[in-house]
Amino acid sequence: MFESKAGVLFIGGLGFFVLAFIANGAVPMLMYRDMPEQTVHEVVNPNVMYQFEDLNRRFPEAFKKYVGDAAAEKWDDKQWNEHCAQLLKEGRDIYVGEGCWHCHSQFVRPVSNESLRYGPVAKTEEYQNELQRPVLFGTRRVGPDLSREGGRRSSDWHAVHFLNPPLLSPHSPMPRYTWFFDEGNAGKPNRRGLAIMTYVQWLGSWLESYPYFEDYQATSNLNPEPAAAAPKAATP
Amino acid sequence: MNAPEMESSSAIGPESAADLERLVERKLVLWYYFAALTYLIVSMLGGLLMALQLIQCNELQGIELLSPGRWRMLHTNAIAYGFLANAFLGTLHWAIPRLTMRPVLSKPLSYLIFAAWQIVVVSTAVGILLGQAQAVEWGETPVWIDPVALLGLLLVAVNFMAPIAGAKGPMYVSLWYFMAAFVWTFLTYAMGNFIPQYVVCGTNAGAIAGLFIHDLVGLFVTPLGWGLMYYFVPILLKKPIWSHGLSLVGFWGLAFFYPLQGIHHFLYTPIPMFLQYGAVISTIAVEFVVATVIVNFFGTLYGSGRAVVTNLPIRWFYTGMILYFVTCFQCALQVTLTFQQLIHFTDWVVGHAHLVMFGVFSQWLLGIMTYLIPRLTGKEWYSRTLCEWHYWLSATSIVVMFLDLTMAGLFQGWSWSSMQYWDHSTQVSQPFWIVRVFAGLAMFSGQIVFIYNIYRTLSGPRTAPATGLQPATA
Repeated sequence: MFESKAGVLFIGGLGFFVLAFIANGAVPMLMYRDMPEQTVHEVVNPNVMYQFEDLNRRFPEAFKKYVGDAAAEKWDDKQWNEHCAQLLKEGRDIYVGEGCWHCHSQFVRPVSNESLRYGPVAKTEEYQNELQRPVLFGTRRVGPDLSREGGRRSSDWHAVHFLNPPLLSPHSPMPRYTWFFDEGNAGKPNRRGLAIMTYVQWLGSWLESYPYFEDYQATSNLNPEPAAAAPKAATP
Repeated sequence: MNAPEMESSSAIGPESAADLERLVERKLVLWYYFAALTYLIVSMLGGLLMALQLIQCNELQGIELLSPGRWRMLHTNAIAYGFLANAFLGTLHWAIPRLTMRPVLSKPLSYLIFAAWQIVVVSTAVGILLGQAQAVEWGETPVWIDPVALLGLLLVAVNFMAPIAGAKGPMYVSLWYFMAAFVWTFLTYAMGNFIPQYVVCGTNAGAIAGLFIHDLVGLFVTPLGWGLMYYFVPILLKKPIWSHGLSLVGFWGLAFFYPLQGIHHFLYTPIPMFLQYGAVISTIAVEFVVATVIVNFFGTLYGSGRAVVTNLPIRWFYTGMILYFVTCFQCALQVTLTFQQLIHFTDWVVGHAHLVMFGVFSQWLLGIMTYLIPRLTGKEWYSRTLCEWHYWLSATSIVVMFLDLTMAGLFQGWSWSSMQYWDHSTQVSQPFWIVRVFAGLAMFSGQIVFIYNIYRTLSGPRTAPATGLQPATA
């Protein structure tokens, strides 16, 4: 049996593969089968909607050009929701296509002080939606985790940061994403720029602790001027 | 057991030798190797770009098609599907017909598969560079290519299973690995690319993605790699494998324990904890299996140790095996929750991935190419010295890169858990990232030396008839 073709094909090839699939894949599927999967429209919440409308206020011309003229067309709540959902979806595709998820994770672990730095530990419910299909846990952090990034920084900050990261984070190895902007101008994001900002501002917007600011205490003398450099634990 | 022994013994008559020669489509094997080496260079350029970006030395920033994020995905995909898959397919076209004494199902089909696979790899590269990646690590192939790739894998299985099915008598170890690999690769590819995309989302998709990353290495690359080692090592050393019993333990241990470990890629996620424990335990279990395989191969080497000095392919193979043992030993430690607290998300993991993908499997395949290219072309290597350079540049640079990234990972982990500012973790990584660029450049230049050597060999005169029966001199 152990050296026959049938044994190798059906026990080793097929049997053990199926066993492992049941153990590693089917069990969590069965455990979470009653947890509904939210659509992208369902995950639009007041927090991300505030940020989305804020994009319209901060970049009125870009918003008018690439999303729509909200004032002239007299958008109602449903239309705002519709546009926001569409940009969230596009923003996620950009996040995947640019490989953002290979340098930024999207889960907070219960160890290594991560809940102090990022906020609440990740829960399954947070990932039961269309924008986590396939899930964007990530496996490497060159930059920080982003799953609680929404609302921590303004969209102005993000625009400048996407265009030229070292301007705001002097030692950041993050590449420049000039193709998110017209004429290399941080004040003129194109549709891709607006979409990725909507997506980033959405991350963590469903939590009570939104926005979460790092609970920092300057613990080290490696920072030359800890008093000046330490951001205060601000509250929203 | 019988086939490699027959092949390496001098008892084989001229008639059967001629038959053996007709079984292998040499030109196709060479084409596969040329394709593989092309993607190896493309992949390494991607790695170099990302490495330069990390030390903020990338002058090509702001060009969309040269985005380091996209080239980072091309880097891994070009290695998995461009270099490893092509080099494996080429080598299987040599090994399977000679092991079974039967040709593949159809030679035109072989050429069709070759063309189709190159289309798959090129489309993957183009799709990723255009920003259409799929959110499956090691499977960023755009979704529209997935069904084509799957069809290709099915044809590969059919084409190679025909000679295996026709072979009479007990099967040699290599064939167990190859047969299982054809089934596993197909199933793994389908599972990883379709289920998290179309069937489940969130945590469940994460469990499947972990299983996919794991199975791609464990059930596609690993069985083909070990199957080829069981084939080439006895031929080159001119003696049978040390213990048939240990071969059985190795194969069935891998088949049972390896696929059970997928979730260990996502420890401390919301995936249920008891499943995480299960994955950790089966990972530690498989390291014992690996130890038996390593013992078996060193038992085979025992008494012929000098071959490591004189026989270049054997040196490539055993270097890879030692690094395989290091990788797996490291695995048994890093998979524990204690280690994970510190090293998850860090460059430690990147070092581990490079050690297994380049240090083990790429080095095995480069060793196989070193052995086969003279036999495929009938031309002796242009320069044995350049072959030596290829080996030493590759082997030393991967060890340097591995140690360097492992240490970088420790420093990053400590920086994060001690609540330093984020900048601190990238600053502390700089010296390691700079060393990594130089290790990568050394590795890259090794491959350039190899390609130059192949070019000079091919443009040189024919030194012997193209046959697999000449003594191993490389």
